[in-house]
Amino acid sequence: MAVTEIKTAPLKEVETEQLLTGCEAIAEAIRLADVDVMAAYPIRPYDGVMQAAAKLIANGKMDVEYIVADGEHSQFEIVKHASAVGSRVFVGSSGVGWFYAFEAIAVTAGLRLPVVAICGNRALDDPGAFGTEHNDSLAVRDLGWLLPWAETAQESMDLALMAWRIAEDKRVSLPIAIGLDGAFLTHSQQLVKVPVKAAVDEFLPPYDLGDRLLHPDNPITIAPQVDQDWLMEIRRQNDAAMRSALDVITEAHADFKRIFGRGGDSPFLDEYMTDDAEVVFFGQGTLALPMKVAIRRLRKQGHKVGLVRLKWFRPFPTAEIVKSLSRFKAVGVIDRDYSFGSPYYGGVLYNEVRSALYSHPKRPTVVGFIAGLGGREIEQPMANEIFEKTVAAGRGDLTVGDQCHWIGVRA
Amino acid sequence: MSQTVTAPTTTDITIEVVYRGIFQKTLAQRICRSVVLAARRRGSPGTAFARYGDSPERNGVPAKQFAVVAVDDTQLEASMARYEPSVTDITVAVDDTLVKGVESWAWYGRQPIWKTTKPNGFVIVTSDKTPDEIVAQTDKAERPYTLAVVPGAASFAGLWVYKDDHTDWRVLGAIAKVAPDWIRLDDVKALVQEQTKDANAVASVQYGFDATALRPVAVGEGTSGHEVLQFEKPGWTTMRPGIVVDARKPGERNPFYKKYGARTMRPVVNFDTCIKCTMCWLDCPDECFEVTPTGHYEVVYEACIGCGICAQVCPVKDCIVMVDELKFDPDLDANKTVWPQWQSDRPAYNKWFEAKSGVSAAPKSAKAAASSGAAATGGED
Repeated sequence: MAVTEIKTAPLKEVETEQLLTGCEAIAEAIRLADVDVMAAYPIRPYDGVMQAAAKLIANGKMDVEYIVADGEHSQFEIVKHASAVGSRVFVGSSGVGWFYAFEAIAVTAGLRLPVVAICGNRALDDPGAFGTEHNDSLAVRDLGWLLPWAETAQESMDLALMAWRIAEDKRVSLPIAIGLDGAFLTHSQQLVKVPVKAAVDEFLPPYDLGDRLLHPDNPITIAPQVDQDWLMEIRRQNDAAMRSALDVITEAHADFKRIFGRGGDSPFLDEYMTDDAEVVFFGQGTLALPMKVAIRRLRKQGHKVGLVRLKWFRPFPTAEIVKSLSRFKAVGVIDRDYSFGSPYYGGVLYNEVRSALYSHPKRPTVVGFIAGLGGREIEQPMANEIFEKTVAAGRGDLTVGDQCHWIGVRA
Repeated sequence: MSQTVTAPTTTDITIEVVYRGIFQKTLAQRICRSVVLAARRRGSPGTAFARYGDSPERNGVPAKQFAVVAVDDTQLEASMARYEPSVTDITVAVDDTLVKGVESWAWYGRQPIWKTTKPNGFVIVTSDKTPDEIVAQTDKAERPYTLAVVPGAASFAGLWVYKDDHTDWRVLGAIAKVAPDWIRLDDVKALVQEQTKDANAVASVQYGFDATALRPVAVGEGTSGHEVLQFEKPGWTTMRPGIVVDARKPGERNPFYKKYGARTMRPVVNFDTCIKCTMCWLDCPDECFEVTPTGHYEVVYEACIGCGICAQVCPVKDCIVMVDELKFDPDLDANKTVWPQWQSDRPAYNKWFEAKSGVSAAPKSAKAAASSGAAATGGED
């Protein structure tokens, strides 16, 4: 086989604005972060990253070991092992493909290997569907993966650049899976500011596993079999890592803002028109976009309504959420996911928010909405219904049995 | 013979069977199950279980199974949902070499056979040795106990076969002897009759009851010659992150898990007849052999599990001989290198070799050596 020399394109001297899909923005981040190994296996919508990265490599703009695996399980195992031997890695999948990798996903977190992934959020089969739903990402919520969600293509890239820094920080050393809503984010082109490599280099230190590096010169065993004499200590240690992630995210967010001038006030919450709000919507991902439109419309009608968008689901920023949401009379939690048979038949986010608020003396009324499943668009009449029911809940007009509502579903 | 020994407690009795993994798995299970079923005949509830961490079992590596019998369900519950009891009334060792210590996992260390036996409890050992010989090989007692020796050699079988030599019935007879308040001889005999329809099996129960020799062991009796292997388990703040443990460097042997506790037979080498053919060194599954400066191969006993493959592949008759582990004194014959002794004083070494192996150290003929073209007597060539 002929060896082709890959010539790296000259670095762009200035930040450029490009029209990119969320997937292409992630691919740019892979280039900027000097990722060593990425593994791929096609599934929509994650495959958008595959294509964008392949194009960057083919065009000589990126040098990365690009491995197409025989399935998602191998795909995630490849990067796990590459990470253990000192490579900065990227991987991703969607929907049931993500589930096919589940064993590898579990052990990656258990082993504290800083794999950075995207989960192009997609409804779980069956029925086969391509639209967005957050249950694929959320299924790993108890494993030790950090789970941020992006709203825009810009935020996708920014979160990715932060992800390597946070994941690879020795205080954390846990994998991160960025949630990208299928179609609305992965396959929609938006204007994205692409930073220069030198700025990224200032922000993102080289990957260094230290004495955990699996190398013949550093003989170690990783992932030995243990029994009940060891497991709790290992879990508690990983728990400490997840707890310190809150500080590390805060630091990375502040440094990112210093270097790139983006990121908003809080690393964890994006508040929209909440200063004088009486009721707020709460959710994550792209559903914030139609809800912001609704808020502007409702505000014109004189309603004091706002939005709190969650940026990091894991670690769950409990203190920030309690501090923010306890200011309001009622909170309408919009879940683009569902948890069958859960308390009050609600979504995952709904129950997490209620749990976080439970012990606060000034907890607001929390009402849940299941909306936009399978990528169904959230239209303005649906936003109206969500608003009206949230206000009614704040007045105490809804009973316990009414605490979760399916929005926009045909009877 | 009368049943004069009283039961150690009034609410429950816990019996552990320490055995060689795989080789005695079925034997241990039959003993523990029979204890529970025999006690059930008089109405006592019970439970039998294997130590979960031992599964999948490893050939010869010490493992444990348990039987608990209680006066009622409430008392039984106190012994349930556990991996292993911390205190037992009776410890049964179905291979006498287990009295040299029980090393199942690295962090367990090497445990005395009586580790869980309560004060004035019983240690039952199947052996063709005398009680005094057993005590001499057992860790120095920290609590008084009674040693009970059930006559008979260790009963070894494979994973899928069971050597039905009545060891289980003889041990049950011995248990009925030391814990009659819980396990009545008549109940055991009735159970065995019912299960086997074999009068010889019932007779073996009676034989175990009659022939088991009791020997009180006082605090301080026993040997302090065995290696101490004890480890502290780190906490979550002190252990390395990422489930990382130090690996062994090339040429380095594991200082934490030595494996010789799996050994029932020890290979001894006649360096005078060794032809340096490398077969033992090549075929040892645990890479136990080191090359000496004279080009001989000697066993690193700390790493040897006594599988016997070296003796099988050695082309020279009686050059490597497998010897009963209990023939080796804990102090004088510790797991140390023996080749230097042969190097410095061959007659003394060869005398030791002959005493242990029971075969002559003198080269019988030069046939094997001559055919391979090597000198039969030398070590220095």
